[in-house]
Amino acid sequence: MSINWFKYSSPQTFFPLAGKLALVFGALAVAACAVGLYLGFFVAPTDAQQGESYRIIFIHVPAAWMSMFLYVVMAFWAAIGLAFNTRLSGMMASATAPTGALFTFIALWTGSLWGKPAWGTWWVWDARLTSELILLFLYFGFMALQAAIDDPRRADKAGALIALVGVINVPIIYFSVKWWNTLHQGASVSLTKSPTMAATMLTAMLVMIFGFWFYGIAAVLLRARCIMLERERGTEWAVQYAKEAVA
Amino acid sequence: MNWGSLDNFLAMGGYGLYVWGSYGVTLVVVVVELILLARRKRNAVESIR
Repeated sequence: MSINWFKYSSPQTFFPLAGKLALVFGALAVAACAVGLYLGFFVAPTDAQQGESYRIIFIHVPAAWMSMFLYVVMAFWAAIGLAFNTRLSGMMASATAPTGALFTFIALWTGSLWGKPAWGTWWVWDARLTSELILLFLYFGFMALQAAIDDPRRADKAGALIALVGVINVPIIYFSVKWWNTLHQGASVSLTKSPTMAATMLTAMLVMIFGFWFYGIAAVLLRARCIMLERERGTEWAVQYAKEAVA
Repeated sequence: MNWGSLDNFLAMGGYGLYVWGSYGVTLVVVVVELILLARRKRNAVESIR
């Protein structure tokens, strides 16, 4: 038996599926964040060096991971769109950018509020912080360029170029703490060595990463549904949906 | 982790401003994103009708 994956590559069939998936991932996000915050605030102990200020980690690290991950996802959809000229890929890339920018902003904001007590400064121009700021500008550039071009298919193509060129910034962010001498600390969690933090802290952080991940998926799918309706407004399925929609 | 009292919990060992400033703004931007998404969807549906 084979599954016809292309069945869901058209907006008409993906629209209802995206709605169901957004609900599922939204519920999972709420559950994971509730568990993660409970572990983070009521189970994880006080840090010996940083006191309670370290608890910012439970949103800072997940947001920073998602900011990079969503950029790669956006670039992936952009590449698929350029290569195969599929309608839905461009919509998915456009749907990913604002949520990616949101996570980038959260990573920078929480990093700043953590940097003040930990380093004594809100901001330094070290490689990690600067490359993450460039990531925010890449998201903004992608969104601004797409908004400036009226024809959605041309906007997709132009945006795809920014997305693909900018993806080089993601490994730069990730490895910046190794390649350069940064004020920002190195990775707390890596595949090659055991984590440098208490088990309960690590568990809380991982659960929050899943929570943010699920939220990201839900938000992108909800935005993809908006974009599908906007771009396919003349089609029969969109008219039918609008007629039946309660909202 | 036993905080003892709500005051201790809110104080976060003297780091309340930093910790709650992080969590508060995160909550706000997430809620704003969801509101904007709901509005965008409503506008899309209304413009088709």
